[in-house]
Amino acid sequence: MGGISIVLVVLVAFLAGMEGILDEFQFHQPLVACTLIGIVTGHPTEGIMLGGSLQMIALGWANVGAAVAPDAALASVASAIIMVKGLGEGSTVDPKVAIDAAIAMAVPLSVAGLFLTMLCRTIAIPMVHFMDAAAEKANFRGVELWQILAICLQGIRIAIPAAMLCMVPADAVTAMLQAMPEWLSGGMGVGGGMVAAVGYAMVINMMATNEVWPFFVLGFVLAALGELTLIALGALGVALALIYLGLKELAKQGGGAGGGSGDPLGDILNDY
Amino acid sequence: MAEIKLDKKDRMAVAWRHQFLQGSWNYERMQNGGWCYAMIPAIKKLYSSKEEQAAALKRHLEFYNTHPYVSAPVIGVTLALEEERANGAPVEDQAIQGVKVGMMGPLAGVGDPVFWFTIRPILGALGASMALSGSIVGPLLFFLAWNIIRMAFLWYTQEFGYNVGTSIAKDLSGGLLGKITEGASILGMFIIGALVQRWVSITFTPVVSVVEQSEGAYIDWAALPAGTEGIKSALEQYSVLGPTGLNVEKVTTLQGNLDQLIPGLAAVGLTLLCCFLLKKGISPIVIILCLFAVGIAGRFFGFM
Repeated sequence: MGGISIVLVVLVAFLAGMEGILDEFQFHQPLVACTLIGIVTGHPTEGIMLGGSLQMIALGWANVGAAVAPDAALASVASAIIMVKGLGEGSTVDPKVAIDAAIAMAVPLSVAGLFLTMLCRTIAIPMVHFMDAAAEKANFRGVELWQILAICLQGIRIAIPAAMLCMVPADAVTAMLQAMPEWLSGGMGVGGGMVAAVGYAMVINMMATNEVWPFFVLGFVLAALGELTLIALGALGVALALIYLGLKELAKQGGGAGGGSGDPLGDILNDY
Repeated sequence: MAEIKLDKKDRMAVAWRHQFLQGSWNYERMQNGGWCYAMIPAIKKLYSSKEEQAAALKRHLEFYNTHPYVSAPVIGVTLALEEERANGAPVEDQAIQGVKVGMMGPLAGVGDPVFWFTIRPILGALGASMALSGSIVGPLLFFLAWNIIRMAFLWYTQEFGYNVGTSIAKDLSGGLLGKITEGASILGMFIIGALVQRWVSITFTPVVSVVEQSEGAYIDWAALPAGTEGIKSALEQYSVLGPTGLNVEKVTTLQGNLDQLIPGLAAVGLTLLCCFLLKKGISPIVIILCLFAVGIAGRFFGFM
Protein backbone atom coordinates (compact mmCIF):
# COMPACT_ATOMS: atom_id res chain seq x y z
CA MET A 1 0.00 0.00 0.00
CA GLY A 2 1.37 3.40 -0.96
CA GLY A 3 1.44 6.46 1.26
CA ILE A 4 -1.58 8.08 -0.44
CA SER A 5 -3.59 4.87 -0.16
CA ILE A 6 -2.89 4.70 3.57
CA VAL A 7 -3.97 8.30 4.10
CA LEU A 8 -7.18 7.65 2.15
CA VAL A 9 -7.86 4.42 4.03
CA VAL A 10 -7.48 6.24 7.35
CA LEU A 11 -9.82 8.94 6.06
CA VAL A 12 -12.45 6.35 5.10
CA ALA A 13 -11.97 4.76 8.53
CA PHE A 14 -12.55 8.14 10.17
CA LEU A 15 -15.79 8.64 8.23
CA ALA A 16 -16.93 5.12 9.09
CA GLY A 17 -16.20 5.73 12.77
CA MET A 18 -18.21 8.95 12.78
CA GLU A 19 -21.10 7.27 11.05
CA GLY A 20 -20.94 4.34 13.45
CA ILE A 21 -22.49 6.69 15.98
CA LEU A 22 -24.35 9.18 13.77
CA ASP A 23 -26.04 6.52 11.63
CA GLU A 24 -26.97 9.05 8.94
CA PHE A 25 -24.96 8.80 5.71
CA GLN A 26 -24.19 5.09 6.24
CA PHE A 27 -20.44 5.24 5.64
CA HIS A 28 -20.12 2.58 8.32
CA GLN A 29 -22.23 0.02 6.47
CA PRO A 30 -20.02 -2.69 4.95
CA LEU A 31 -21.46 -2.11 1.50
CA VAL A 32 -20.15 1.47 1.55
CA ALA A 33 -17.03 1.18 3.73
CA CYS A 34 -15.54 -1.91 2.05
CA THR A 35 -16.25 -0.49 -1.40
CA LEU A 36 -14.49 2.78 -0.55
CA ILE A 37 -11.47 0.98 0.90
CA GLY A 38 -11.38 -1.28 -2.15
CA ILE A 39 -11.41 1.76 -4.43
CA VAL A 40 -8.66 3.70 -2.64
CA THR A 41 -6.38 0.67 -2.52
CA GLY A 42 -6.91 -0.42 -6.11
CA HIS A 43 -9.04 -3.51 -5.41
CA PRO A 44 -12.52 -2.16 -6.17
CA THR A 45 -14.12 -5.42 -7.30
CA GLU A 46 -12.98 -7.44 -4.30
CA GLY A 47 -13.93 -4.57 -2.00
CA ILE A 48 -17.45 -4.48 -3.42
CA MET A 49 -17.80 -8.27 -3.14
CA LEU A 50 -16.59 -8.26 0.47
CA GLY A 51 -18.95 -5.39 1.20
CA GLY A 52 -21.87 -7.30 -0.27
CA SER A 53 -21.13 -10.43 1.74
CA LEU A 54 -20.64 -8.53 4.99
CA GLN A 55 -23.75 -6.44 4.37
CA MET A 56 -25.83 -9.61 4.22
CA ILE A 57 -24.49 -10.54 7.66
CA ALA A 58 -24.91 -7.08 9.14
CA LEU A 59 -28.44 -6.39 7.85
CA GLY A 60 -30.02 -6.67 11.27
CA TRP A 61 -27.35 -4.86 13.24
CA ALA A 62 -28.88 -1.66 14.57
CA ASN A 63 -28.48 0.49 17.64
CA VAL A 64 -31.83 0.49 19.38
CA GLY A 65 -32.30 2.78 22.36
CA ALA A 66 -29.26 2.59 24.57
CA ALA A 67 -28.37 -0.93 23.39
CA VAL A 68 -25.48 -1.20 20.96
CA ALA A 69 -25.31 -3.80 18.20
CA PRO A 70 -22.08 -5.41 16.99
CA ASP A 71 -20.05 -2.63 15.45
CA ALA A 72 -20.26 -2.64 11.66
CA ALA A 73 -17.75 0.20 11.29
CA LEU A 74 -14.65 -1.53 12.66
CA ALA A 75 -15.74 -4.86 11.20
CA SER A 76 -16.00 -3.55 7.65
CA VAL A 77 -12.98 -1.25 7.70
CA ALA A 78 -10.55 -3.64 9.36
CA SER A 79 -11.63 -6.73 7.44
CA ALA A 80 -11.36 -4.81 4.16
CA ILE A 81 -7.81 -3.76 5.05
CA ILE A 82 -6.91 -7.36 5.90
CA MET A 83 -8.35 -8.53 2.58
CA VAL A 84 -6.41 -5.88 0.65
CA LYS A 85 -3.20 -6.90 2.45
CA GLY A 86 -3.84 -10.50 1.55
CA LEU A 87 -4.38 -9.60 -2.09
CA GLY A 88 -1.24 -7.41 -2.13
CA GLU A 89 0.86 -7.02 -5.26
CA GLY A 90 2.23 -10.23 -6.71
CA SER A 91 0.27 -12.27 -4.20
CA THR A 92 -1.01 -15.64 -5.33
CA VAL A 93 -3.83 -15.75 -2.81
CA ASP A 94 -7.19 -16.64 -4.34
CA PRO A 95 -9.51 -13.61 -3.92
CA LYS A 96 -12.25 -15.93 -2.66
CA VAL A 97 -10.02 -17.22 0.15
CA ALA A 98 -9.05 -13.68 1.09
CA ILE A 99 -12.70 -12.57 1.13
CA ASP A 100 -13.85 -15.57 3.20
CA ALA A 101 -11.05 -15.06 5.69
CA ALA A 102 -11.85 -11.34 5.91
CA ILE A 103 -15.50 -12.17 6.65
CA ALA A 104 -14.49 -14.49 9.47
CA MET A 105 -12.17 -11.80 10.88
CA ALA A 106 -15.00 -9.27 10.78
CA VAL A 107 -16.91 -10.98 13.56
CA PRO A 108 -14.37 -10.69 16.41
CA LEU A 109 -13.59 -7.20 15.10
CA SER A 110 -17.23 -6.19 15.47
CA VAL A 111 -16.99 -7.11 19.16
CA ALA A 112 -13.80 -5.11 19.59
CA GLY A 113 -15.57 -2.19 17.93
CA LEU A 114 -18.46 -2.60 20.34
CA PHE A 115 -16.18 -2.10 23.33
CA LEU A 116 -14.53 0.89 21.71
CA THR A 117 -17.87 2.56 21.07
CA MET A 118 -18.96 1.94 24.65
CA LEU A 119 -15.72 3.55 25.77
CA CYS A 120 -16.39 6.59 23.57
CA ARG A 121 -19.92 6.91 24.88
CA THR A 122 -18.52 7.00 28.40
CA ILE A 123 -15.87 9.56 27.54
CA ALA A 124 -18.67 11.66 26.05
CA ILE A 125 -20.16 12.14 29.55
CA PRO A 126 -17.51 14.65 30.74
CA MET A 127 -17.74 16.23 27.29
CA VAL A 128 -21.40 17.13 27.75
CA HIS A 129 -20.49 18.51 31.18
CA PHE A 130 -18.14 20.90 29.40
CA MET A 131 -21.12 21.78 27.19
CA ASP A 132 -23.13 22.52 30.33
CA ALA A 133 -20.40 24.88 31.49
CA ALA A 134 -20.32 26.59 28.10
CA ALA A 135 -24.12 26.91 28.08
CA GLU A 136 -23.96 28.61 31.47
CA LYS A 137 -21.97 31.42 29.84
CA ALA A 138 -24.09 31.44 26.68
CA ASN A 139 -20.94 30.36 24.86
CA PHE A 140 -22.24 28.95 21.56
CA ARG A 141 -18.75 28.23 20.25
CA GLY A 142 -17.99 26.11 23.31
CA VAL A 143 -21.06 23.92 22.87
CA GLU A 144 -20.31 23.48 19.18
CA LEU A 145 -16.66 22.70 19.82
CA TRP A 146 -17.41 19.89 22.26
CA GLN A 147 -20.04 18.41 19.94
CA ILE A 148 -17.52 18.36 17.08
CA LEU A 149 -14.80 16.91 19.31
CA ALA A 150 -17.16 14.14 20.42
CA ILE A 151 -17.85 13.24 16.79
CA CYS A 152 -14.13 13.25 16.01
CA LEU A 153 -13.53 10.96 18.98
CA GLN A 154 -15.83 8.41 17.34
CA GLY A 155 -13.98 8.84 14.05
CA ILE A 156 -10.61 8.29 15.72
CA ARG A 157 -12.03 5.15 17.33
CA ILE A 158 -11.83 3.47 13.90
CA ALA A 159 -9.07 5.55 12.30
CA ILE A 160 -6.39 4.47 14.80
CA PRO A 161 -6.95 0.70 14.50
CA ALA A 162 -7.09 1.15 10.70
CA ALA A 163 -3.77 3.01 10.66
CA MET A 164 -2.23 0.31 12.86
CA LEU A 165 -3.46 -2.42 10.54
CA CYS A 166 -1.98 -0.60 7.55
CA MET A 167 1.43 -0.91 9.22
CA VAL A 168 1.25 -4.70 9.38
CA PRO A 169 3.49 -6.05 6.60
CA ALA A 170 1.50 -7.50 3.71
CA ASP A 171 3.81 -10.54 3.58
CA ALA A 172 2.64 -11.62 7.01
CA VAL A 173 -1.01 -11.52 5.96
CA THR A 174 -0.39 -13.32 2.66
CA ALA A 175 1.70 -15.95 4.40
CA MET A 176 -1.03 -16.50 6.95
CA LEU A 177 -3.70 -16.82 4.25
CA GLN A 178 -1.57 -19.22 2.22
CA ALA A 179 -0.80 -21.35 5.24
CA MET A 180 -4.51 -21.85 5.86
CA PRO A 181 -5.65 -25.38 5.10
CA GLU A 182 -8.64 -25.84 2.78
CA TRP A 183 -10.97 -27.05 5.53
CA LEU A 184 -10.36 -23.87 7.48
CA SER A 185 -10.89 -21.39 4.64
CA GLY A 186 -13.69 -23.49 3.15
CA GLY A 187 -15.28 -23.86 6.57
CA MET A 188 -15.18 -20.12 7.08
CA GLY A 189 -17.02 -19.79 3.79
CA VAL A 190 -19.65 -22.27 4.99
CA GLY A 191 -19.93 -20.40 8.30
CA GLY A 192 -20.23 -17.11 6.44
CA GLY A 193 -23.19 -18.53 4.53
CA MET A 194 -24.96 -19.34 7.76
CA VAL A 195 -24.28 -16.28 9.93
CA ALA A 196 -26.65 -14.11 7.90
CA ALA A 197 -29.37 -16.01 9.78
CA VAL A 198 -28.34 -14.30 13.03
CA GLY A 199 -28.93 -10.82 11.61
CA TYR A 200 -32.30 -11.85 10.21
CA ALA A 201 -33.22 -13.41 13.55
CA MET A 202 -32.45 -10.11 15.28
CA VAL A 203 -34.80 -8.30 12.92
CA ILE A 204 -37.50 -10.94 13.33
CA ASN A 205 -37.35 -10.78 17.12
CA MET A 206 -37.80 -7.01 16.88
CA MET A 207 -40.88 -7.12 14.67
CA ALA A 208 -42.58 -10.47 15.02
CA THR A 209 -46.10 -10.65 16.38
CA ASN A 210 -48.59 -13.43 15.80
CA GLU A 211 -50.25 -11.20 13.27
CA VAL A 212 -47.25 -10.76 10.97
CA TRP A 213 -45.77 -14.29 11.01
CA PRO A 214 -47.88 -15.38 8.01
CA PHE A 215 -46.17 -12.71 5.94
CA PHE A 216 -42.81 -14.23 6.81
CA VAL A 217 -44.05 -17.56 5.48
CA LEU A 218 -45.33 -15.92 2.29
CA GLY A 219 -42.02 -14.20 1.68
CA PHE A 220 -40.07 -17.35 2.32
CA VAL A 221 -42.12 -19.51 -0.03
CA LEU A 222 -42.36 -16.95 -2.82
CA ALA A 223 -38.61 -16.32 -2.77
CA ALA A 224 -38.06 -19.85 -4.06
CA LEU A 225 -39.37 -18.60 -7.41
CA GLY A 226 -36.13 -17.44 -8.95
CA GLU A 227 -37.89 -15.21 -11.49
CA LEU A 228 -38.97 -12.80 -8.75
CA THR A 229 -36.31 -10.16 -8.21
CA LEU A 230 -35.92 -8.46 -4.85
CA ILE A 231 -37.66 -5.41 -6.27
CA ALA A 232 -40.62 -7.55 -7.35
CA LEU A 233 -40.72 -9.10 -3.88
CA GLY A 234 -40.61 -5.64 -2.34
CA ALA A 235 -43.57 -4.56 -4.47
CA LEU A 236 -45.47 -7.68 -3.43
CA GLY A 237 -44.70 -6.92 0.21
CA VAL A 238 -45.96 -3.35 -0.07
CA ALA A 239 -49.13 -4.54 -1.81
CA LEU A 240 -49.76 -7.16 0.86
CA ALA A 241 -49.25 -4.63 3.65
CA LEU A 242 -51.66 -2.17 2.04
CA ILE A 243 -54.29 -4.84 1.41
CA TYR A 244 -54.01 -6.13 4.95
CA LEU A 245 -54.22 -2.70 6.57
CA GLY A 246 -57.12 -1.75 4.31
CA LEU A 247 -59.06 -4.89 5.12
CA LYS A 248 -58.40 -4.46 8.81
CA GLU A 249 -59.73 -0.91 8.70
CA LEU A 250 -62.79 -2.15 6.83
CA ALA A 251 -63.37 -4.91 9.35
CA LYS A 252 -63.24 -2.38 12.15
CA GLN A 253 -65.81 -0.12 10.49
CA GLY A 254 -68.05 -3.04 9.63
CA GLY A 255 -67.88 -4.25 13.20
CA GLY A 256 -68.88 -0.82 14.48
CA ALA A 257 -71.79 -0.24 12.07
CA GLY A 258 -73.40 -3.64 12.01
CA GLY A 259 -73.46 -3.95 15.75
CA GLY A 260 -72.03 -7.31 14.88
CA SER A 261 -73.40 -10.76 15.23
CA GLY A 262 -69.88 -11.65 14.05
CA ASP A 263 -71.38 -13.66 11.24
CA PRO A 264 -71.85 -11.47 8.13
CA LEU A 265 -72.98 -14.36 5.96
CA GLY A 266 -75.60 -15.26 8.56
CA ASP A 267 -76.81 -11.67 8.61
CA ILE A 268 -77.30 -11.68 4.86
CA LEU A 269 -79.21 -14.95 4.99
CA ASN A 270 -81.43 -13.67 7.78
CA ASP A 271 -82.31 -10.61 5.74
CA TYR A 272 -83.82 -12.76 3.01
CA MET B 1 -42.28 44.97 18.59
CA ALA B 2 -41.92 42.99 15.39
CA GLU B 3 -42.37 39.30 15.62
CA ILE B 4 -39.22 37.23 15.34
CA LYS B 5 -39.69 34.49 12.80
CA LEU B 6 -37.43 31.59 11.94
CA ASP B 7 -37.08 31.77 8.19
CA LYS B 8 -36.40 28.88 5.86
CA LYS B 9 -32.65 29.40 6.05
CA ASP B 10 -32.68 29.07 9.84
CA ARG B 11 -34.77 25.94 9.67
CA MET B 12 -32.45 24.45 7.08
CA ALA B 13 -29.45 25.21 9.29
CA VAL B 14 -31.18 23.35 12.12
CA ALA B 15 -32.03 20.44 9.81
CA TRP B 16 -28.41 20.21 8.67
CA ARG B 17 -27.07 20.21 12.21
CA HIS B 18 -29.73 17.77 13.30
CA GLN B 19 -27.86 15.13 11.29
CA PHE B 20 -25.16 15.17 13.95
CA LEU B 21 -27.65 14.49 16.70
CA GLN B 22 -25.94 11.36 17.98
CA GLY B 23 -22.37 12.67 17.80
CA SER B 24 -21.97 13.19 21.54
CA TRP B 25 -24.18 10.25 22.52
CA ASN B 26 -23.39 9.56 26.15
CA TYR B 27 -24.63 7.26 28.87
CA GLU B 28 -25.80 10.16 31.02
CA ARG B 29 -28.20 12.22 28.92
CA MET B 30 -27.80 10.39 25.58
CA GLN B 31 -28.52 12.72 22.63
CA ASN B 32 -28.69 15.96 24.63
CA GLY B 33 -25.47 17.47 23.25
CA GLY B 34 -26.43 16.89 19.64
CA TRP B 35 -29.91 18.25 20.24
CA CYS B 36 -28.54 21.45 21.72
CA TYR B 37 -26.02 21.72 18.88
CA ALA B 38 -28.89 21.48 16.38
CA MET B 39 -30.94 24.15 18.17
CA ILE B 40 -28.13 26.74 18.24
CA PRO B 41 -29.00 28.57 14.97
CA ALA B 42 -32.58 28.99 16.21
CA ILE B 43 -31.51 30.11 19.69
CA LYS B 44 -29.15 32.69 18.22
CA LYS B 45 -31.90 34.10 16.06
CA LEU B 46 -34.65 34.11 18.69
CA TYR B 47 -32.87 35.40 21.77
CA SER B 48 -30.57 38.38 21.98
CA SER B 49 -29.72 38.73 25.67
CA LYS B 50 -27.00 36.60 27.25
CA GLU B 51 -29.32 35.42 30.01
CA GLU B 52 -31.98 34.24 27.61
CA GLN B 53 -29.42 32.49 25.42
CA ALA B 54 -27.82 30.72 28.37
CA ALA B 55 -31.22 29.65 29.64
CA ALA B 56 -32.18 28.32 26.20
CA LEU B 57 -28.94 26.38 25.82
CA LYS B 58 -29.37 24.79 29.24
CA ARG B 59 -33.00 24.00 28.52
CA HIS B 60 -31.93 22.05 25.45
CA LEU B 61 -29.17 20.11 27.20
CA GLU B 62 -31.72 18.02 29.08
CA PHE B 63 -32.00 14.27 28.57
CA TYR B 64 -33.17 13.31 25.11
CA ASN B 65 -33.09 10.07 23.17
CA THR B 66 -35.04 8.82 20.20
CA HIS B 67 -34.47 7.46 16.74
CA PRO B 68 -32.20 9.98 14.96
CA TYR B 69 -34.53 10.44 11.97
CA VAL B 70 -37.97 10.62 13.55
CA SER B 71 -36.45 13.18 15.86
CA ALA B 72 -36.96 15.64 12.99
CA PRO B 73 -40.68 16.31 13.64
CA VAL B 74 -39.85 16.73 17.34
CA ILE B 75 -37.31 19.42 16.59
CA GLY B 76 -39.83 21.02 14.22
CA VAL B 77 -42.41 21.29 16.99
CA THR B 78 -39.76 22.55 19.41
CA LEU B 79 -38.79 25.28 16.94
CA ALA B 80 -42.42 26.39 16.76
CA LEU B 81 -42.65 26.46 20.57
CA GLU B 82 -39.41 28.40 21.00
CA GLU B 83 -40.58 30.89 18.40
CA GLU B 84 -43.83 31.49 20.30
CA ARG B 85 -41.93 31.83 23.53
CA ALA B 86 -39.48 34.34 22.06
CA ASN B 87 -42.46 36.38 20.90
CA GLY B 88 -43.82 36.55 24.40
CA ALA B 89 -46.20 33.61 24.59
CA PRO B 90 -46.22 31.93 28.02
CA VAL B 91 -44.46 28.71 27.04
CA GLU B 92 -42.92 27.16 30.14
CA ASP B 93 -39.67 25.17 30.20
CA GLN B 94 -41.70 22.19 31.33
CA ALA B 95 -43.95 22.46 28.28
CA ILE B 96 -40.99 22.24 25.91
CA GLN B 97 -39.38 19.38 27.79
CA GLY B 98 -42.80 17.72 28.01
CA VAL B 99 -43.31 17.85 24.26
CA LYS B 100 -39.84 16.41 23.65
CA VAL B 101 -40.25 13.57 26.11
CA GLY B 102 -43.84 12.94 25.08
CA MET B 103 -42.96 12.60 21.43
CA MET B 104 -39.63 10.78 21.60
CA GLY B 105 -41.01 7.54 23.00
CA PRO B 106 -43.77 6.78 20.52
CA LEU B 107 -41.71 8.08 17.59
CA ALA B 108 -38.70 5.92 18.43
CA GLY B 109 -41.13 3.02 18.35
CA VAL B 110 -41.87 3.82 14.70
CA GLY B 111 -38.39 4.82 13.59
CA ASP B 112 -36.68 1.61 14.60
CA PRO B 113 -38.93 -0.83 12.71
CA VAL B 114 -39.39 1.45 9.70
CA PHE B 115 -35.79 2.54 9.13
CA TRP B 116 -33.55 -0.01 10.83
CA PHE B 117 -35.63 -3.14 10.29
CA THR B 118 -37.45 -2.52 7.03
CA ILE B 119 -35.91 0.07 4.74
CA ARG B 120 -32.27 -0.59 5.56
CA PRO B 121 -32.44 -4.37 5.29
CA ILE B 122 -34.34 -4.08 2.00
CA LEU B 123 -32.01 -1.53 0.42
CA GLY B 124 -29.00 -3.27 1.94
CA ALA B 125 -30.01 -6.66 0.60
CA LEU B 126 -30.79 -5.20 -2.80
CA GLY B 127 -27.41 -3.48 -2.97
CA ALA B 128 -25.55 -6.44 -1.51
CA SER B 129 -27.07 -8.91 -3.96
CA MET B 130 -25.72 -6.79 -6.81
CA ALA B 131 -22.41 -6.25 -5.04
CA LEU B 132 -21.79 -9.98 -4.65
CA SER B 133 -20.95 -10.10 -8.33
CA GLY B 134 -18.63 -7.13 -7.93
CA SER B 135 -20.94 -4.52 -9.46
CA ILE B 136 -20.46 -0.94 -8.28
CA VAL B 137 -24.17 -0.32 -8.90
CA GLY B 138 -24.95 -2.18 -5.67
CA PRO B 139 -23.16 0.12 -3.22
CA LEU B 140 -24.12 3.23 -5.22
CA LEU B 141 -27.78 2.29 -5.25
CA PHE B 142 -27.78 1.65 -1.50
CA PHE B 143 -25.93 4.85 -0.66
CA LEU B 144 -27.91 7.17 -2.93
CA ALA B 145 -31.35 5.71 -2.28
CA TRP B 146 -30.80 5.71 1.47
CA ASN B 147 -29.54 9.27 1.64
CA ILE B 148 -32.25 10.66 -0.62
CA ILE B 149 -34.94 9.02 1.49
CA ARG B 150 -33.25 10.10 4.72
CA MET B 151 -32.69 13.73 3.79
CA ALA B 152 -36.18 14.12 2.36
CA PHE B 153 -37.61 12.59 5.51
CA LEU B 154 -35.53 14.79 7.83
CA TRP B 155 -36.48 18.00 6.07
CA TYR B 156 -40.15 17.40 5.34
CA THR B 157 -41.04 15.97 8.73
CA GLN B 158 -39.22 18.83 10.45
CA GLU B 159 -41.23 21.30 8.37
CA PHE B 160 -44.35 19.33 9.19
CA GLY B 161 -43.60 19.56 12.90
CA TYR B 162 -42.84 23.26 12.64
CA ASN B 163 -46.05 24.05 10.76
CA VAL B 164 -48.32 21.87 12.80
CA GLY B 165 -46.79 22.86 16.12
CA THR B 166 -48.14 21.33 19.28
CA SER B 167 -51.25 19.91 17.65
CA ILE B 168 -48.99 17.15 16.29
CA ALA B 169 -49.51 15.38 19.58
CA LYS B 170 -53.11 14.74 18.47
CA ASP B 171 -51.96 13.26 15.17
CA LEU B 172 -49.66 10.96 17.07
CA SER B 173 -52.50 9.46 19.02
CA GLY B 174 -54.70 9.22 15.91
CA GLY B 175 -53.52 5.71 15.16
CA LEU B 176 -51.49 6.74 12.12
CA LEU B 177 -48.23 5.83 13.81
CA GLY B 178 -49.60 2.46 14.76
CA LYS B 179 -50.56 1.82 11.15
CA ILE B 180 -47.16 2.83 9.82
CA THR B 181 -45.46 0.56 12.32
CA GLU B 182 -47.73 -2.32 11.46
CA GLY B 183 -47.33 -1.81 7.72
CA ALA B 184 -43.57 -1.70 8.13
CA SER B 185 -43.57 -4.90 10.18
CA ILE B 186 -45.62 -6.69 7.52
CA LEU B 187 -43.32 -5.57 4.72
CA GLY B 188 -40.26 -6.26 6.84
CA MET B 189 -41.32 -9.77 7.79
CA PHE B 190 -42.23 -10.56 4.19
CA ILE B 191 -38.84 -9.43 2.93
CA ILE B 192 -36.95 -11.13 5.73
CA GLY B 193 -38.73 -14.36 4.81
CA ALA B 194 -37.52 -13.93 1.25
CA LEU B 195 -34.00 -13.06 2.35
CA VAL B 196 -33.76 -16.12 4.56
CA GLN B 197 -34.70 -18.27 1.59
CA ARG B 198 -32.26 -16.55 -0.77
CA TRP B 199 -29.25 -15.67 1.33
CA VAL B 200 -28.87 -18.05 4.23
CA SER B 201 -26.98 -20.85 2.58
CA ILE B 202 -26.64 -24.25 4.14
CA THR B 203 -25.66 -27.17 1.97
CA PHE B 204 -25.42 -30.65 3.36
CA THR B 205 -23.14 -32.79 1.24
CA PRO B 206 -23.70 -36.33 2.58
CA VAL B 207 -24.90 -38.77 -0.04
CA VAL B 208 -28.10 -40.54 0.86
CA SER B 209 -28.14 -43.11 -1.90
CA VAL B 210 -26.43 -44.08 -5.14
CA VAL B 211 -28.71 -45.96 -7.52
CA GLU B 212 -27.75 -47.60 -10.79
CA GLN B 213 -30.29 -46.24 -13.29
CA SER B 214 -32.04 -48.45 -15.82
CA GLU B 215 -31.13 -48.19 -19.47
CA GLY B 216 -32.72 -45.20 -21.20
CA ALA B 217 -32.77 -43.15 -18.01
CA TYR B 218 -29.26 -41.91 -18.71
CA ILE B 219 -27.31 -40.80 -21.75
CA ASP B 220 -25.32 -43.69 -23.17
CA TRP B 221 -22.22 -41.68 -24.01
CA ALA B 222 -20.52 -44.55 -25.85
CA ALA B 223 -23.46 -44.98 -28.25
CA LEU B 224 -23.63 -41.34 -29.39
CA PRO B 225 -22.98 -40.57 -33.07
CA ALA B 226 -19.65 -38.95 -33.80
CA GLY B 227 -19.00 -35.23 -34.21
CA THR B 228 -21.53 -32.45 -33.84
CA GLU B 229 -24.38 -34.92 -34.37
CA GLY B 230 -23.33 -36.53 -31.10
CA ILE B 231 -23.47 -33.20 -29.25
CA LYS B 232 -26.92 -32.55 -30.69
CA SER B 233 -28.16 -35.98 -29.67
CA ALA B 234 -26.70 -35.63 -26.17
CA LEU B 235 -28.34 -32.24 -25.68
CA GLU B 236 -31.67 -33.59 -26.90
CA GLN B 237 -31.52 -36.48 -24.49
CA TYR B 238 -30.42 -34.16 -21.68
CA SER B 239 -33.43 -31.91 -22.17
CA VAL B 240 -35.67 -34.93 -21.72
CA LEU B 241 -33.82 -36.72 -18.93
CA GLY B 242 -32.66 -33.77 -16.87
CA PRO B 243 -29.48 -33.59 -14.81
CA THR B 244 -29.73 -37.15 -13.52
CA GLY B 245 -29.28 -38.36 -17.10
CA LEU B 246 -25.63 -37.37 -17.19
CA ASN B 247 -24.37 -40.40 -15.26
CA VAL B 248 -25.28 -44.03 -15.01
CA GLU B 249 -25.56 -43.69 -11.27
CA LYS B 250 -28.18 -41.47 -9.73
CA VAL B 251 -26.72 -39.78 -6.66
CA THR B 252 -29.17 -38.46 -4.10
CA THR B 253 -27.74 -36.07 -1.56
CA LEU B 254 -29.33 -35.10 1.72
CA GLN B 255 -29.57 -31.58 0.34
CA GLY B 256 -31.46 -32.81 -2.71
CA ASN B 257 -34.01 -34.53 -0.48
CA LEU B 258 -34.43 -31.44 1.69
CA ASP B 259 -34.87 -29.23 -1.36
CA GLN B 260 -37.70 -31.44 -2.56
CA LEU B 261 -39.63 -30.65 0.60
CA ILE B 262 -39.12 -26.88 0.49
CA PRO B 263 -35.99 -25.21 -0.83
CA GLY B 264 -34.30 -23.45 2.05
CA LEU B 265 -35.91 -25.49 4.80
CA ALA B 266 -32.62 -25.78 6.68
CA ALA B 267 -32.09 -22.03 6.37
CA VAL B 268 -35.43 -21.22 7.95
CA GLY B 269 -34.81 -23.78 10.67
CA LEU B 270 -31.49 -22.16 11.47
CA THR B 271 -33.06 -18.70 11.51
CA LEU B 272 -35.78 -19.79 13.91
CA LEU B 273 -33.17 -21.44 16.10
CA CYS B 274 -31.28 -18.14 16.18
CA CYS B 275 -34.52 -16.30 17.13
CA PHE B 276 -34.98 -18.73 19.98
CA LEU B 277 -31.38 -18.45 21.20
CA LEU B 278 -31.50 -14.64 21.03
CA LYS B 279 -34.71 -14.66 23.05
CA LYS B 280 -32.93 -16.81 25.63
CA GLY B 281 -30.51 -13.91 25.98
CA ILE B 282 -27.54 -15.46 24.18
CA SER B 283 -25.39 -12.77 22.61
CA PRO B 284 -25.52 -12.58 18.80
CA ILE B 285 -21.73 -12.57 18.78
CA VAL B 286 -21.59 -15.92 20.54
CA ILE B 287 -24.07 -17.38 18.06
CA ILE B 288 -22.09 -16.05 15.11
CA LEU B 289 -18.83 -17.49 16.43
CA CYS B 290 -20.53 -20.85 17.02
CA LEU B 291 -21.82 -20.88 13.45
CA PHE B 292 -18.30 -20.33 12.14
CA ALA B 293 -17.11 -23.18 14.35
CA VAL B 294 -19.88 -25.42 12.99
CA GLY B 295 -18.97 -24.43 9.44
CA ILE B 296 -15.31 -25.27 9.93
CA ALA B 297 -16.15 -28.56 11.64
CA GLY B 298 -18.65 -29.31 8.88
CA ARG B 299 -16.03 -28.84 6.19
CA PHE B 300 -13.38 -30.71 8.17
CA PHE B 301 -15.56 -33.79 8.57
CA GLY B 302 -17.04 -33.35 5.12
CA PHE B 303 -20.73 -33.05 5.87
CA MET B 304 -21.24 -29.48 4.71
